[in-house]
Amino acid sequence: MEGFPILSLMLLVPLAAAVACLFVDAKAARTIALIATLVDLALGLVLWAGFDVGGAQWQYVERAPLFAGFTWALGIDGIALLLIILSVFLMPICIGASWNSITKRVGEYMAAFLLMETLMIGVFAAQDLYLFYIFFEAGLIPMYLIIGIWGGDNRIYASYKFFLYTLLGSVLMLIAMLWMVNQAGTTDIPTLMSYDFPAQAQTWLFFAFFASFAVKMPMWPVHTWLPDAHVQAPTAGSVILAGVLLKMGGYGFIRFSLPMFPIASAEWAWLIWGLSMVAVVVTSLIAFVQHDMKKLIAYSSVAHMAIVTVGLFSFNVQGLEGSMMLMLAHGLVSGALFLCVGVIYDRLHTREISRYGGIALNMPKYAMLFLFFTMASIGLPATANFVGEFLSLAGIYQVSSWAALICGTGIILGAAYMLVLYRRVVFGAQVNADAAAMPDLDLREWLMLGSLTLATLWMGIYPESFIAPMRQDIVKLEARLSPDAPQGDSRLVMGDPQPTEEVQAHEGAH
Amino acid sequence: MSSILVIVFLPLLAAIVAGLGNKSLGFLPAKIITTGALFISCALSWPIFIAFLSGNAEATVVPVLKWVESGAMSFDWALRVDTMTAIMLVVITSVSALVHLYSWGYMDEDPDQPRFFAYLSLFTFAMLMLVTANNLVQMFFGWEGVGLASYLLIGFWFTKPSASAAAIKAFVVNRVGDLGFMLGIFGTFLVFGTTSIPDILAAAPAMKGASSIGFLGMRVDTMTILCLLLFIGAMGKSAQLGLHTWLPDAMEGPTPVSALIHAATMVTAGVFMVCRLSPMFEAAPVALTFVTFIGGATCLFAATIGTTQWDIKRVIAYSTCSQLGYMFFAAGVGAYGVAMFHLFTHAFFKALLFLGAGSVIHAMHHEQDMRYYGGLRKKIPFTFWGMMAGTLAITGVGIYWLHAGFAGFHSKDAILEAAFASGTEMGRTAFWLGTIAALLTSFYSWRLMFLTFWGKPRWADSEHIQHAVHHDHADSDHANPAAQEDAGDDAQHHVPSPAENDGTAGYHPHESPWVMLIPLIVLSLGAVFAGYVFTHAFVEDEGFWNGAIAYNEHLIHAMHSVPLWVKLAATVAMLLGLAGAWIAYIKNTSIPGKFVEQIKPIHAFLFNKWYFDELYHFIFVRPAYWLGKVFWRFGDVGLIDRFGPNGAAWVVGKGSAYAKKVQSGYLYSYALIMLLGLVAAITWVML
Repeated sequence: MEGFPILSLMLLVPLAAAVACLFVDAKAARTIALIATLVDLALGLVLWAGFDVGGAQWQYVERAPLFAGFTWALGIDGIALLLIILSVFLMPICIGASWNSITKRVGEYMAAFLLMETLMIGVFAAQDLYLFYIFFEAGLIPMYLIIGIWGGDNRIYASYKFFLYTLLGSVLMLIAMLWMVNQAGTTDIPTLMSYDFPAQAQTWLFFAFFASFAVKMPMWPVHTWLPDAHVQAPTAGSVILAGVLLKMGGYGFIRFSLPMFPIASAEWAWLIWGLSMVAVVVTSLIAFVQHDMKKLIAYSSVAHMAIVTVGLFSFNVQGLEGSMMLMLAHGLVSGALFLCVGVIYDRLHTREISRYGGIALNMPKYAMLFLFFTMASIGLPATANFVGEFLSLAGIYQVSSWAALICGTGIILGAAYMLVLYRRVVFGAQVNADAAAMPDLDLREWLMLGSLTLATLWMGIYPESFIAPMRQDIVKLEARLSPDAPQGDSRLVMGDPQPTEEVQAHEGAH
Repeated sequence: MSSILVIVFLPLLAAIVAGLGNKSLGFLPAKIITTGALFISCALSWPIFIAFLSGNAEATVVPVLKWVESGAMSFDWALRVDTMTAIMLVVITSVSALVHLYSWGYMDEDPDQPRFFAYLSLFTFAMLMLVTANNLVQMFFGWEGVGLASYLLIGFWFTKPSASAAAIKAFVVNRVGDLGFMLGIFGTFLVFGTTSIPDILAAAPAMKGASSIGFLGMRVDTMTILCLLLFIGAMGKSAQLGLHTWLPDAMEGPTPVSALIHAATMVTAGVFMVCRLSPMFEAAPVALTFVTFIGGATCLFAATIGTTQWDIKRVIAYSTCSQLGYMFFAAGVGAYGVAMFHLFTHAFFKALLFLGAGSVIHAMHHEQDMRYYGGLRKKIPFTFWGMMAGTLAITGVGIYWLHAGFAGFHSKDAILEAAFASGTEMGRTAFWLGTIAALLTSFYSWRLMFLTFWGKPRWADSEHIQHAVHHDHADSDHANPAAQEDAGDDAQHHVPSPAENDGTAGYHPHESPWVMLIPLIVLSLGAVFAGYVFTHAFVEDEGFWNGAIAYNEHLIHAMHSVPLWVKLAATVAMLLGLAGAWIAYIKNTSIPGKFVEQIKPIHAFLFNKWYFDELYHFIFVRPAYWLGKVFWRFGDVGLIDRFGPNGAAWVVGKGSAYAKKVQSGYLYSYALIMLLGLVAAITWVML
């Protein structure tokens, strides 16, 4: 496939389909969308199969100068490859999830989703700073429309909040980008990744990017848009929001903040750890008291993404690979959990937890799959989340045992709120006749949830398929970070741990 | 030894087939597949054990699949077989196979049988993965896997609120321990650069007191902190003091589950872990002292509660908790072989006691309260003799001079001797705690026997029994307690008959079917002979262990030379407990009531399980809810949203209102603002 612009094709297919969807009726729009996303999935698999693990860092590179210094520059490394695979894998599932539940303005809806797919792939494939910015910001628009038009009762407030938050960060990021291009004289992302910006400038650049990525992640305390957006978004909107859009924040950190501003990243790592620790505890506790299923899962996302951020800012291979794995895992599993909510929402039209109960009796298949994803979300070994969580926490432990302990409490609190949710929805006596009359999964739902189950197990049992493509990228990143990486507080010091030794060990650290 | 692949993965396969097939597969095929798989695993396990017993086997590792490789951290799926594994293999597969068989009878009327058997097999798979782990992470996989199976089986009757609450409690309390385990793994990786168990154990002795590590801002001895963290995991899984609260509640699960998971296998995983990692713990004397303390304290604490409970399963549950305490303090004083020996014998007699209790419950129409038992000896003789064998084993009946006795006699006495012989202050303390606990063990075990099988029938007051009698059918439709309706509405149709005046309410308990009795018989053999037959290999034969544990030869010698009174202490305690139970529950049954009256506050304290549940509810559960509400209502909504997006909207609104005023259209006001702006800009540039 050498030389064939497969990335451009992957961007073009959904875009063309999006345009087509605008001009056809509902039934045709659904079919076109499904076919286009499946084609993109197939292309994604070709991309993966053709990716030379251990080969050149940047593969499938395309470069075409456009006007006024803009360049159509695409190319992927292992990190981008994995996130693209995640996006194209989730898209057909999103279309499937909207198959029956969306009845108004279907063509426009499908077009918005397809446009979204183009933009998502673009974000991960862009090698030009401005091109990245355009994809990154344009992604807001279809999501804004999806929430604002096809959302729930309070969709206007949610979409406005979503827009306001995310836009705030991007303005600062744009200013930083302009300055960077001026300083380094290039918009080429791979070049910028090894460019050494002056240490003083790194701090403000870091915070300018941080403003944007922290909102996207989302990190505490700029997370409050997420619960509202999730609650109001249609099921597929939530899936793509949790599955891919949140990952853009993590991708931003790993692609921009860490390699471009390593000194500032190390200097301000304590802030990230602190915010993440607060996020894990606070949002887990908040999840505990939610009555709305989607809100609960949204808050749990914030807690999980906080473990991603500590993993990223642990500056070692385990932490970085762990947070990448956790991003992928969270994309699958929280997406699946939103689908699980969608399945029963489609039947009963309420997300109120107390309206359900005892549905394991009438929906045993659903109960089984929902249990699987609940357990995956809790991070049970042999699911994808475990690999991610375990490596992330193993990474952060090496630099901060406090952060590992506090973030580790997430595994206790996570188990508590997820199991309580599962119990209240699935177990117990059947108190509501309409909930007790819901039919079990149909074939479409089986296919969607089943494919996510298999992917989650695959990533959990044999994650090597996913770690291998990014291994050398992570090693390179770690090498770039290591000169400035913060000293861990949990270091091993040989010698008898006597008070005198302690003083020496302390002095040695400075 | 690739038969290990079959042993481990056959139960998984059976679980998948039975679980996915579920009701479309049919009850009988599901039962045959799962039970058959377990009997095959069991049949393959014993030859491995015997090979190690006869010294004809070496430790091997069978690789399965690569798992994770992340920088220096790498761990694979692999199955390790050595002496430790071989012991656990026979324990797990034997008890599991028998419990599968027993469940044919016990769960006969349950509408959800394939699911039940799938869970049982899944549990067995996870437990086997735990004991065959060659690295800490796979052990953690098994650890969490058995936790999942335990959660599913405790909550098997999911329509019953108490069952799903107990399931969640078990999972979450275990997670507290798991966090310790996980941090322990991280620390171990940081120190040794590997998660491979043999590599860690090889490097551990050299690290004794040789280094320090930072933990939560402190500098602490490396091995001490690593072992303590790992031990927190063991405390959770093995229900030790502080993290024990889930085990009694776990009795909500069907009784075969209690026998398999909450007595014989899963709860002993903590003991297994400490013994498996014994060279690490040997390098951390402070941690060992802590292990001894926790073991000794739990063993006495749980026994005190056991003496006051009325629910037959809860008595046995606290007894399990207490026996696990024995195992831990044996490990704590360095007698790992002895700890494993007690684990081995305990698996047989405790599974026997639980299955016996299940048979009693089955006979008594799901009544679990011993106050409504009595006089069952003649009615269900097989069950009686099975329970008798179990009781003789757990109380440690035997004759010192003959070196012969029931299973518990050999293993428990060895533990007490080891604790005394260790010579440490904590070891001696544990010896006394253990001896007092032995007295209480004997008391509550015989109390259980006397209340259940002796005396006059007291069944008439039991709602379950009345329910059975007035519905005029034995116990069909009621295998699932969730299906039980209130018996109250039937009471008015009650027509007294002469037969009821003898306390039986006209109810006739019936012996359980053969599928339930065969496991009882087989386990009885274990309870009677396991101690006598295997005591030499486990306690005194270093060659048997072959490096699988840290073997302290010096301690074993010291055990032989303890004073005679130490060797007899457990037997004396056992006899005192028996005498006490006999006086209180056979000779003069008014004594317990009067005695409880005398020590009311103490009894209430014990009966309410030292108020641990209430305490934890007060300091953890309620604050968690309260904080969640505060963080949400006050933090997210009250502060962040109010001053964030909503505040921004407010500012924009106000700002544009203000801007409207400023845009007055008068030239001079624009000029003024321009001038002010210019001045400000110049000032800023100049400074």
